[in-house]
Amino acid sequence: MTLENKTIRFLPCGDAAFTMEFGASVDRATNAKVIALYRRVHARAIPGVIEMIPTFRSLLVSFDPDLVNPASLQEKLLECLDEGGGEVSGGRSWTLPACYEGEFAPDLADVAKEAGLSEAEVVKLHAGRPYFVYMIGFLPGFGYMGDVAEPIRLPRRTHPRTRVPRGSVAIAGEMTAVYSLESPGGWHLLGHTPVPLFDPEADRPVLLAPGDTVTFEPVGLRDHQLIADDIANGRRILTAGEAA
Amino acid sequence: MSGLRVVSPGLHTTVQDLGRFGAQHLGIPVSGAMDPVNLRLANLLAGNDENGGAFECLVQGPGFEVVAGSVRLALAGPGARIEAVSGGRTVEIAGYRSFTLMAGDCVTVQLGADAAVAYLAVGGGLALPHVMGSQATFSRGALGGYKGRPLRAGDEVPLVRGEAVPRAELGMPAPDFAEPARIRIMLGPQDDYFSKSAIETFLSQAYTISLQSDRMGFRLAGPKLEHAKGFNIASDGIAPGAIQVPGSGEPIILLADRQTTGGYPKIGVVISADLPALARMQMGRTLSFQAVGFDEARKAAAEFAGWFTNIKDTIRNVDDYGVIDLKALLEQNLIGGVVDAKVSLVD
Repeated sequence: MTLENKTIRFLPCGDAAFTMEFGASVDRATNAKVIALYRRVHARAIPGVIEMIPTFRSLLVSFDPDLVNPASLQEKLLECLDEGGGEVSGGRSWTLPACYEGEFAPDLADVAKEAGLSEAEVVKLHAGRPYFVYMIGFLPGFGYMGDVAEPIRLPRRTHPRTRVPRGSVAIAGEMTAVYSLESPGGWHLLGHTPVPLFDPEADRPVLLAPGDTVTFEPVGLRDHQLIADDIANGRRILTAGEAA
Repeated sequence: MSGLRVVSPGLHTTVQDLGRFGAQHLGIPVSGAMDPVNLRLANLLAGNDENGGAFECLVQGPGFEVVAGSVRLALAGPGARIEAVSGGRTVEIAGYRSFTLMAGDCVTVQLGADAAVAYLAVGGGLALPHVMGSQATFSRGALGGYKGRPLRAGDEVPLVRGEAVPRAELGMPAPDFAEPARIRIMLGPQDDYFSKSAIETFLSQAYTISLQSDRMGFRLAGPKLEHAKGFNIASDGIAPGAIQVPGSGEPIILLADRQTTGGYPKIGVVISADLPALARMQMGRTLSFQAVGFDEARKAAAEFAGWFTNIKDTIRNVDDYGVIDLKALLEQNLIGGVVDAKVSLVD
């Protein structure tokens, strides 16, 4: 049962969910529409909607088929979509300290070589610019953030690592991310942040939300250690900056 | 404080309820019981709400010792039974009934020969934190349940009640879990990423649940599925029971601890009515798929809901079955000190 409306496609995912696909490509404009609709529907608490997962260019909607049928829910979603603009505002903005030195930056030299730049130039291109959180997935708190500066856009590593340390700051294609848990991974590791992007013990276990903005601030090895110690001792609480 | 001390951890025993909802947009999986039917029944028999946190026992069940007070327990799972040791005497107790043990008593969960999962519920529930509204364990993220992980020998799980509520025990005839001949799926969301012959293969051939299967998903061994336009998609959301096919062509059915998003095409999704039956299947088991539409899937869901309501109605006081009282059984002075009495339920 596929309903088509302009570029919107509704794709069935079993009898209790469907994917609302906004377009074929991954771009800010499309993603902004996804996040805007997600927030609007969430705020409205439409009966029958159980949960939604916003992604690059789609919104997975899980619903209770005993409360609402998919066709009328899809109509409601299209109405909601038509209502608003595709602007996303009000996300929080974060500045994350990141160390781009030594053992924290195992792929920095290779990335620099591939890009024909110095390591310092690569760091300058990666840090200090705001990245938009397109979606969170793959791991709890793993935000896919973009867009990375063109000169340092590289495909994933040909040989992924079986273990990427938690906190690793990485790039692949147009995206950058922080590995929120130790995990296998194929992205290029440029640095490391001591700030936990996922902390199962915290009141709010996940730091980021779709639509937030993240900027990396380079810190040296010693400051990285000091910040890590502060966090471990509960002496440092990261607060978000002004809304984007 | 009352608790259950883990004597033997079993293969993979975790605290689960019906799952953690509302955080998938942050990458936190739903987790929760693989077989929600038996979780609900174990809870009802123990006198709890259906959604309470209970012990999910996979493949090989755990053993506990009762620490302090008295504890009411109930086990639900096809063929599952309890081996209880009290005052040096061993009693086998069938599943699908509650029973009460005292401090020092031991209980071991034995899974049925044909089922991969069983649930042991404690009357009053487990005194563990609710993380984002749920006691479900997500082991990969060390989140929820008991310390975010499967149980280990020596763990002591705290209980809400120090003493079992004095009331009659509850029981029911072991339900007949009629399995669907084939697992029913709805094609999509990315069935257009597969060739016509791949879809025909998927819907006609037999697949085996491989040993590389766990709470995240069942990896299937069998005929590979051919992609029609590559095997990468922009990552999108994953529904429970989604069947993902990576570049290798080997399908994976994604389950309780599945990642929330993924970049491989999904050929179909198991219908909601067939998910619990699928979760009960053991590794090495063969299965095949049948494609159905939305209306048929909902008809199956309604039949399933009706069946479940009917079996819940069979729960009643154990005395109705004329079964020997467990305490009395243990108090009997028998030769050899071992009581080998099956506490059976008669209709």
